[in-house]
Amino acid sequence: MSLLAEMNQKALNLGLPLSVHLDITYRCNERCAHCYLDHDDHGEMTTAEIVDVLTQLASAGVFFLSLSGGEVLMRRDFFEIVEQARQLLFNVKVKTNGVMIRENEAARLRQLGVEQIQISVYSHRPEVHDAITKLPGSLKRTIQAIRFLKSQGLKVTIANVLMAGNFSDQAGVMTLAGKLGVAYTLDPTITPRMDGDTSILSLRIPGSELKQVFHSQELVGNVEEFCAPPPAPGEDIMEGFPCSAGHTACYISPYGDVFPCVQFPLPSGNVRRQKFLDIWRHSPQLQEVRSIRARDLPTCSTCAHVGTCTRCPGLAYMEGNMRGPSTADCEKSFQRTGIPSANMLTWTRAGSAGPLIQIQSLALASSAAFEGR
Amino acid sequence: MAEKYIARSSAIAARLVGDEMMVMSAADSTFFILNEVASAIWQAADGCTPLSEIVAGKICQEFDVDREQAQRGADRFVDELSQHGILRVSDQPIINSSASPESR
Repeated sequence: MSLLAEMNQKALNLGLPLSVHLDITYRCNERCAHCYLDHDDHGEMTTAEIVDVLTQLASAGVFFLSLSGGEVLMRRDFFEIVEQARQLLFNVKVKTNGVMIRENEAARLRQLGVEQIQISVYSHRPEVHDAITKLPGSLKRTIQAIRFLKSQGLKVTIANVLMAGNFSDQAGVMTLAGKLGVAYTLDPTITPRMDGDTSILSLRIPGSELKQVFHSQELVGNVEEFCAPPPAPGEDIMEGFPCSAGHTACYISPYGDVFPCVQFPLPSGNVRRQKFLDIWRHSPQLQEVRSIRARDLPTCSTCAHVGTCTRCPGLAYMEGNMRGPSTADCEKSFQRTGIPSANMLTWTRAGSAGPLIQIQSLALASSAAFEGR
Repeated sequence: MAEKYIARSSAIAARLVGDEMMVMSAADSTFFILNEVASAIWQAADGCTPLSEIVAGKICQEFDVDREQAQRGADRFVDELSQHGILRVSDQPIINSSASPESR
């Protein structure tokens, strides 16, 4: 077990929130096609409120702090917030589009000891990237920002969200990351908007393309191992929980709302009305999330993928039931292994597809598997 | 032998998790877990108190260990962490030591 895994386990045993994702604003200078946020300011926390929250988080045991948005640099007090966070000795990761980062900003981030900067890049081609961000010239500025950050010796990761409109540019972005000397990560997950609007889910890449991703040695390493059929789940799997959301991690919005995760919009308290630790320890919503084990999931506990699925309880919650399946993850498990999930078999029997999934290629690809049952 | 003064670097992330301290170097992302004794030395590293005094006044008393043995262990610990820039070491008191993380 790595030292980090060891500390994660210890934090879990002690009930400590080791990681917090704090969005300091939802305002943004880009208008990305897939974004789930409302970019108006509905009353963000003030600098003093954020500093107070940071102090509470440090006392509660938080080590990893992700500062994100919106675009973090839209806040004039961004560097003041980072400075306070570093004085409180958080390991700080900043997520940004980089458009507002020039030499001075990069130098300041280095001086403050930020551990990592994650920058969104959607394509290596300006006409594709800028069409997604709806900000002309954004790719050029983002790449310049990466160069400024690299010249300061900062650790930079390009995050590449994959959508139907940029899937064919994935290799180009990966090559760009290599040329810039930065890490690369991709994410094929598109989530519903925070107001419940699911229209942006039409941007998700279809199953056939997801399958290409999962079967790319360059992206997943050992394909045979990554795409192997799931082993039979043991008792430890059935007693396990799906992810760190609410267990050792949580999310705080610019308005002080606390959720189990940025992708799990279950309101669990507000730091403007309650102390963070009160919410963390006593929120009925977080306690409910923590109480759920794999054996408690009506459909997923019967699924062959239960031990290996990336099931997101937040996406399941957005589909209507935090104990239910997350159809996007059913799709991932299927495209990875070729074995349909228990949830997919339910749709087939019922003669209908789940509401949040594009099944055209799934129906074609899986027909043989279904016929054999 | 010259006195050794130690101060926590500000270029680190650190947090107490139970009785152990998680420390990560912001410079090279090296990750350390300090046990209870090492955490106590770390917390006492204010730049002003000599290491020998930390060992005699804190470590030996709190952990019931032999002074020579504790001093050897403390010297090794300080050497290792200073090599990663996590502790600053000087034979003079270090005036501008980092803000104290000890209670967190």
